Amino acid sequence: MRVEKLLEASAARHPDKVALVTDEARVTYAELNATADRLAGALRRRGVGRGDRVVVMLDNSVETVATLFATLKAGAVFSVMNPTTKGEKLAYVLNNCRAAAVVTQERLLPVVAGAVAQAPSVGATVVAGSAAEPAVRGGVGLHAALDEAPAAPAAPVGGEGIDQDLAMVIYTSGSTGSPKGVMMAHSNILCATRSVAQYLELTPDDVLLCVLPLSFGYGLNQIFTSCLVGGTVVLEKSFAYPAATLQKFERERVTGFALVPTIAAILLMRNLTPGQFPNLRYITNAAAALPPAHIARLREVFPSTRLYSMYGQTECTRTLFLPPDQLDVRPGSIGKAIPNTEAWIVDETGRRVGPGEVGELVVRGGHVMRGYWENPEATERALRPGPTPGERVLHSGDLFRADDEGFLYFVSRKDDIIKTRGEKVSPKEVENVLYDLPGVREAAVIGVPDPILGQAIRAVVVLAEDGCLTDRQIIAHCGRHLEDFMVPRSVEFRAELPKTDSGKIRRTEVQAEALRALEAAAPA
Amino acid sequence: MQTPKTGADVETAVREFIAENYLFGAGPESISDTDSFLAQGIINSMGVLELITFLENTYDIKVGDDEVVPDNLDSVRQVAAYVRRKLGSPGNNGTGSGHAG
Repeated sequence: MRVEKLLEASAARHPDKVALVTDEARVTYAELNATADRLAGALRRRGVGRGDRVVVMLDNSVETVATLFATLKAGAVFSVMNPTTKGEKLAYVLNNCRAAAVVTQERLLPVVAGAVAQAPSVGATVVAGSAAEPAVRGGVGLHAALDEAPAAPAAPVGGEGIDQDLAMVIYTSGSTGSPKGVMMAHSNILCATRSVAQYLELTPDDVLLCVLPLSFGYGLNQIFTSCLVGGTVVLEKSFAYPAATLQKFERERVTGFALVPTIAAILLMRNLTPGQFPNLRYITNAAAALPPAHIARLREVFPSTRLYSMYGQTECTRTLFLPPDQLDVRPGSIGKAIPNTEAWIVDETGRRVGPGEVGELVVRGGHVMRGYWENPEATERALRPGPTPGERVLHSGDLFRADDEGFLYFVSRKDDIIKTRGEKVSPKEVENVLYDLPGVREAAVIGVPDPILGQAIRAVVVLAEDGCLTDRQIIAHCGRHLEDFMVPRSVEFRAELPKTDSGKIRRTEVQAEALRALEAAAPA
Repeated sequence: MQTPKTGADVETAVREFIAENYLFGAGPESISDTDSFLAQGIINSMGVLELITFLENTYDIKVGDDEVVPDNLDSVRQVAAYVRRKLGSPGNNGTGSGHAG
């Protein structure tokens, strides 16, 4: 089965049920499916065929969800970008995956048009909210494209696809600084979707509230699991106005809420009355661990709501979850493998280790990615031979240990990827941008503890002798070239940085120094 | 601590705060009074928290949980009107003494 069948089956089963609620619209399954069909036709008319890549850069909206399914119906592969992505990175991605089309919105057109100009593969740029012909190669307004497309679904160019075809390529931070495209086949997505829906016990009565961007696997998972069971997703653009979002909990009778620690921190800054949200059946947390104090406070404010701690990564969507009844027994654990998958810990030589020993988590299951797009070296490091012939298992890059009963505990990353606001940031990617700024001689990017962000990004910088940059100038430069979550929150100036004998900056030492300084400054 | 500003020219103060922290190059004049901070992608959810801190420190007001809504905070005009209401309202705990403009 392919991913678009999730939508088609729900549209056939209960056409009039509300699939999606946004600030602007309420759409039923039949309407969403019809829009996706038309948009698939529009993409095909513009040359998008089986296996082609379509890059999607939109705020959370009905159009975003329709575009994802339309791309799959056209037999193509979607790649969702964070809407704060800047021109250079977008151009890199468009060229890296040789995108055939881009779907975006009017507000983002200046960034997108600049990137498309540098990406010769892009033949069509569909722009939501644009009435006139947008000034970009292959530009067409979304509504104009829908109007001219046939209502009835046409056969995909290049034949009907199967579930072994790629469905999405999601770019994720790599430790080398260049983003890597995680390739997921339809079967990979469906495997993760079914497993998550099973352990969360989702039903058609569920109403999931999603404030996460759909460029994030965890956000996408909300859409796919809801479509699988025929539920409803209340899709928000952000969690910037918690009061407005919380009103929707009551108005839409929300039963499931997916959060990351930053959202929990913002939520818990408010005065919430315990029992205020009786319909809320469960809360999930992923991307990073919740601080124990926040777990306790969430339990207090949501006494009848089950709280799931979860762990995953773009390369397989989801790996572990802790059954809510275990939260009081082992609050620091993120549980065991999700249904129909296996996870274990190995040492440097690949040998499985016993309880208490720290090693790398290995993941086995039908949800494991196909590899990184046109990056065989990185693929070979992450995917290694598994227990059955021809099988490959995912080496997660995360260090874990297990307790005597097999429950798993996250220890740290193997590499120096920083987790901030639930997103992975490669220090190298930020450092590359810093080095582009005249006046910066040396730079090390580190994560420092932050009560809301988990880790906040800090740029530690040595200026050139004639350099006279302020922290604001450095942050502003980063803001012009990086997604918002990658922009340093603070800048520290140093006369020099610790280096290895070969002259390489020792980032881990800079990180350790910063942590020691923070500890020394903290009140006892 | 600096003396709280009055509500006389909230528009300019907010515009400068936004330009300095989020525009990364474009000047304060590039934001109109009615541009939606969120819909235009000018600030994100962290930016809303920082805007609240800025208003609380600058005008010595307390932004209540239920006041964190787009109607109060999503454009220069909305923020200015909100700050003037807070400064003018007798229920405000702060010492701000500005007059509604």
